[in-house]
Amino acid sequence: MECCQLQPVIELPGELKLCKTHFIEHFEGKVLRTIRQFNLLDKDDHIGVAVSGGKDSLTTVSLLKRLSDENPRITISAYAIDEGIHGYRDATLITAKKFCESIGVPLHVFSYEEEFGMPLDEILKILDVKPCSICGIFRRYLLNKKAKELGFTKVATGHNMDDEAQSIMMNQFRNDLKASARLGPRTGLKEHQGFVTRIKPLYLCSEKEVATYAFLKGILDKFTECPNVVKSYRAEVRDTLNEFENKFPGTKHNIISSFLGALPLLKGQFRDEALGVCPQCGEPSAKDVCNACKWANKLTEAKKTILIESGRAGN
Amino acid sequence: MHIKAYIEREDKEKSIAIDKGTTVKEVLHHLKINPVTVIVARNNEIVTGDEQLKDGDFLNIISVISGG
Repeated sequence: MECCQLQPVIELPGELKLCKTHFIEHFEGKVLRTIRQFNLLDKDDHIGVAVSGGKDSLTTVSLLKRLSDENPRITISAYAIDEGIHGYRDATLITAKKFCESIGVPLHVFSYEEEFGMPLDEILKILDVKPCSICGIFRRYLLNKKAKELGFTKVATGHNMDDEAQSIMMNQFRNDLKASARLGPRTGLKEHQGFVTRIKPLYLCSEKEVATYAFLKGILDKFTECPNVVKSYRAEVRDTLNEFENKFPGTKHNIISSFLGALPLLKGQFRDEALGVCPQCGEPSAKDVCNACKWANKLTEAKKTILIESGRAGN
Repeated sequence: MHIKAYIEREDKEKSIAIDKGTTVKEVLHHLKINPVTVIVARNNEIVTGDEQLKDGDFLNIISVISGG
């Protein structure tokens, strides 16, 4: 079924085809409804949008900026983490900088090199670790730490329905319900002064919808892929889910809907688990020393070993 | 009849022979591309899977998958 006589730009599950104008209305309306339904914004919020330069984060910062223009008590800033992935992040950060400047949103950039003494490309040469594993730990650590330093009341990310469906299924496959309890459009297992609440305004939008919107709005940049992504478990789950979605349209939406039904029970089950503070960095941690400090310590040890070995070789 | 398709993710352009009435969805199937993972533009306008193609059409097949 088509919305009108105009050329359709997308076919949604349920065989509804929408033209450009109706799709933009549909998409923006869905994001607004998501924000209202899950109480993602409060008066006087200072939202820090975590941007990468990709379509999801640029769409998020663009829509939140518009909302803040209509509600001046809400402030929007952007921040980015430069992991140090040559040929990938350097290019996407240029896009992020240009875009944030064009819409008048201040952008703060922090790097692994400044924070951990090395870019990811170099870290991977001296530590035997899966790239996405250590990168995810360091990135999440910095996003939370820097959000507090910058005074953000919430962190908005560009996570979309596909990202969330992948995370839910990955946690199922790994039998990790506790990790799923931390998911949802407004994340965090419980209020903790060390955690800045994360919100996902694109939670109910599929990746294809976000890409279509970004294309129509002229903010879809040329495809660039992280050189490490092919090694990830997430990429395997993503491809499997996309095969399912093609054969059975609505699969991802159904994963999200059933998950949202079960989420209050999951949060209830894990709410009372103790959450302490890392003695090394002061960030929240379920264990003694947090994962970011554990890896930072291993990195320090690896650097010392290299220095000692290079000293021996020089003698 | 022939069309050309640029597959952004592979950074490759392909020339494809098609029959009259061939749709975008059929071209994607021929190229072994999952329609869920791309948007397809003809002359910078997005077209859906049922769109019938004409001789000389140029398709830009754009990946919707996040790169990181």
